[in-house]
Amino acid sequence: MSVKPDMPGWKDIPRGGLILEAGNAFQYRTGDWRSRRPVWQKDRCKQCLLCWIFCPDGAVKVEEGRVVGFDYDHCKGCGICATECPPAASAIEMVPESEFAK
Amino acid sequence: MTIKALSGNEAVAQAMRQIDPVVVAAYPITPQTEIVQLFSGFVSDGLVRTEFVPVESEHSALSAVVGAAVAGVRAMTATSSNGLALMYEVLHIAAGLRLPIVMPVVTRALSAPINIHCDHSDVMGARDSGWIILFSENAQEAYDNVLQAVRIGEHADVRLPVMVALDGFVLSHGVERVSLLEDAAVEAFIGEYQPTVDVLGDEPVTVGALALQDSFFEFRRQMAEGLYHAPRVIEEVGREFEGISGRPYGLVEAYRTEDARAVLVALGSTAGSAKEAVDLAREEGLRVGLVKVRAIRPFPAAALRELLGGCEVVGVLDRSLDYSGQGGALYTEVKAALHPLEGRPRARGFVYGLGGREIGMEDLVGLMRELVPSGADVTYLGVRE
Amino acid sequence: MTDLLEIRWHGRGGQGAKTAAMLLAEIVSAAGKFIQGFPEYGPERMGAPVLAYNRISNRPISLHCQVTNPGVVVVLDATLLETQDVAEGVPEDGIILINTQRSPAEMRRKLDLEGRRLYTVDADQISLETLGKPIPNTPMIGALMKVTALMDYEPFIEAAEAQLKRKFATKPHLVPGNVDAVRRAYREVKSE
Repeated sequence: MSVKPDMPGWKDIPRGGLILEAGNAFQYRTGDWRSRRPVWQKDRCKQCLLCWIFCPDGAVKVEEGRVVGFDYDHCKGCGICATECPPAASAIEMVPESEFAK
Repeated sequence: MTIKALSGNEAVAQAMRQIDPVVVAAYPITPQTEIVQLFSGFVSDGLVRTEFVPVESEHSALSAVVGAAVAGVRAMTATSSNGLALMYEVLHIAAGLRLPIVMPVVTRALSAPINIHCDHSDVMGARDSGWIILFSENAQEAYDNVLQAVRIGEHADVRLPVMVALDGFVLSHGVERVSLLEDAAVEAFIGEYQPTVDVLGDEPVTVGALALQDSFFEFRRQMAEGLYHAPRVIEEVGREFEGISGRPYGLVEAYRTEDARAVLVALGSTAGSAKEAVDLAREEGLRVGLVKVRAIRPFPAAALRELLGGCEVVGVLDRSLDYSGQGGALYTEVKAALHPLEGRPRARGFVYGLGGREIGMEDLVGLMRELVPSGADVTYLGVRE
Repeated sequence: MTDLLEIRWHGRGGQGAKTAAMLLAEIVSAAGKFIQGFPEYGPERMGAPVLAYNRISNRPISLHCQVTNPGVVVVLDATLLETQDVAEGVPEDGIILINTQRSPAEMRRKLDLEGRRLYTVDADQISLETLGKPIPNTPMIGALMKVTALMDYEPFIEAAEAQLKRKFATKPHLVPGNVDAVRRAYREVKSE
């Protein structure tokens, strides 16, 4: 575990190890964990929202009741979305991250 | 002798296999889990005769082991951190009943905040429970200490339980070269168990009776006497163990202290790193040395006075806080040990590594550079201000 | 400790970086060297970047600090290069060994690196062909042995086979494929 000297000191953190802000799991970019990336094919999607229901990380982006893509900063690449996507649609493909490497 | 690449947990499990206790009752907790997991494998593979009792908590684990021990057999368990804290009540019962139980403790910080990594708060919190407590520098010492603990605790002049501390993750999960004794050599070394109490035997006996104002004090004084004999027994057993293993053991280990102006005092795996740091500091021309404390209960005060009496400054490394406002537990005890000496060295305390915070070579060498010239009595090494 | 070799393994949770470090420790220890093998434990899970370490020496090792300046870095998964600084702390003459089908020269450009010695080996492909699955950790030990010359080829393969037999005591059919993978990676590792 890397300890950075610019992290706050003992006088500047909440007492008792409390976390005072809600929703800060968002700051932890678990997208780094991903070795396979879900790729959404818009034209095949039936908008059933099963992927959104099953995603354990809330990483399926939905706007006005419709899937619009993935939050790759937080998607861990588990592939549950691709498994749950109905075979008739098969709108999500898991692609190795190496194919996106710069 | 067989040389193997083993983690501290694996080495401890191997020692337990060779001891072949009649009863092991245990509850898993990180970073001790592997010991229990491996040992229960030995049970199901028929490599030991042990009755393995899976229990619902550490309080139950040590209670079951106490029950087995009063039934006249060798019994063991192992734990860590909050598990040791949950055993607190039974720790005193095991010692008060004078049961030579051996218990490896994989050291880990206590909650809260929750943290699974190494510090010595768990063991330090149990240091006044009447148990003998040995610390291990590496996986080899963890293995060797567990075997010697059987002989130390069971010695007729001692008859007390023994904790063997090994640093969580650093030693428990790190793989190192470990030399294992042959099974037969261990069997001969530990010998046959000689119970002093056996509730299942032919002679009726009452265990755990009430002792009030008229007698409790005397039982406690007896228990203290057992601990007072322990230093001699620890050294005797260490010499005998050296005879079969080639590895010497005592209460403390001195490293390059002969002409040292400043000496560090440390426990566990940090003592190993500190040896390297002493070598590096000596290359810079600093006359420094190290004393590794192996037994913290009983506390080796006489041995420390002898080794530290001639130096100018003693730097004591504590991987726990005792909240006395005077630094850590080891520091205050080293100071107490030095107190009777005329012209005693100055003692400085360094609290480090809580919750697994890394202590690096630069930290240790840097500390030695400024040990003699000046500095505060108590320093929190590596904490962000 | 002048002869001390420190190694850092970069992998993803579940890829066997820890297993590789432990297996290497066992192999080298069986050859009479002093070793340490330890992972860095954190809250990470499957797929998260993880680190494991080795220390190897001809003398007993008393150090128990973290490894901060490894002489050798092994990267089990090239996708880690997108987010991890694998060259961190590696000295000028240090070695970086990457599991990729690309060449060391391409990797040097990608990492924008000066100095150090870069090697690559396609351990995914090797393990696919020898084990039927992309499990790069075992072959990477073969490649590591070649680039560090820690042990001679024959005694190394012998020790590796012995340790793999022990590791797969209940699945002996896996041993030949793994030994093959180690041999191939030893031969196929590419230098600049």
